[in-house]
Amino acid sequence: MTTLPFAETALTIVGMAAVTMIARGFFLFADREPRIPEPLQRALQMAPLAAIVAVLAPEIFMAHGALVTTWRDARLFAAAAATVYYAWRPGMLGPLLAGFAVYLPLHLRWGW
Amino acid sequence: MTPATLFRDPHFRRGARDMLAFGPALAAWGIVTGVAMTQSGLGVGLSVLMTLTVFAGTAQLAALPLFASGAPMWVIWASAFCVNLRFLIFSAEWRVYLGQLPRGRRIALGYFLADLNLLLFQKAWPSGVREPGQARYALGGAAASWPVWQGSSLLGIFLASLVPTAWGLGFAGTLAMLGLAYSLLTDRIAWLAAIVSAAAAIAAYALPLNMNILVAIAAAVAVSLIATRVGGATPATARQP
Repeated sequence: MTTLPFAETALTIVGMAAVTMIARGFFLFADREPRIPEPLQRALQMAPLAAIVAVLAPEIFMAHGALVTTWRDARLFAAAAATVYYAWRPGMLGPLLAGFAVYLPLHLRWGW
Repeated sequence: MTPATLFRDPHFRRGARDMLAFGPALAAWGIVTGVAMTQSGLGVGLSVLMTLTVFAGTAQLAALPLFASGAPMWVIWASAFCVNLRFLIFSAEWRVYLGQLPRGRRIALGYFLADLNLLLFQKAWPSGVREPGQARYALGGAAASWPVWQGSSLLGIFLASLVPTAWGLGFAGTLAMLGLAYSLLTDRIAWLAAIVSAAAAIAAYALPLNMNILVAIAAAVAVSLIATRVGGATPATARQP
């Protein structure tokens, strides 16, 4: 793992804090009641999901800039386990623990 | 209002109590985020800085792979903003209840109000109109959620610093995002947006500067808008924990 440039990373993080503040205070800033048009509301709802999935998909299905070509990848099995668990019992922590229960042995024992 | 009178205020106390009922779930999430930050290469110092200032778990998790792949600052900010766009909708909601506060105060309070705060608030005040005591209830919730989140996140950072990164605990962040994404798949258009986004992010991976993330978001939002118009589907309320 490469070491991140400290000052630049710190600045990026402080900028992210500003993003939090802007987003959470967005419609609290103006003194009059906001009105959000329907299509914009739809876009605002879909963007977070799209952003999460856009970051997520390459993290699970890609290695070294290309689609994974081997099934011997602990991430695939962990994601599958988390998916099955979620389908069985939706939640946040359960799927995560199920995924990790599969990931850790594959990753640590066999180095997948 | 002094802190002493505030702590005795029934609305403040109720807000704090309602939040503390979700303390264990919030703490578990905080620990996961702390571990993911530290183990994905941020290290202890930057992880502490991130949790204390950014205070938005999902945006933090989504930024970690981008940091690791050396994405430029503005791409990370843009991605964080997209993940945080739901808060724009929430802030319009909070505007109804907190509108009487002076601007500085309502923005300051707004910074501390995340997904769970609004969820619990709507349960406690189902009328949907402004009533006395609401701002104190919101403040009580924030007074409970902030220390629980930060305490557990710092604990996660500390615990993760004891474990070698070779264990791959940073993958916790990916699995956490997976669960979040599933919880947002509330209707067919959300599924469509997710599939388009995943496919675009992978197909455009070779673009420089991690532009694939922004391309994927734009494509998914465009497709979901078109599908909404064509299908005439009603928007579902998407909420994240």
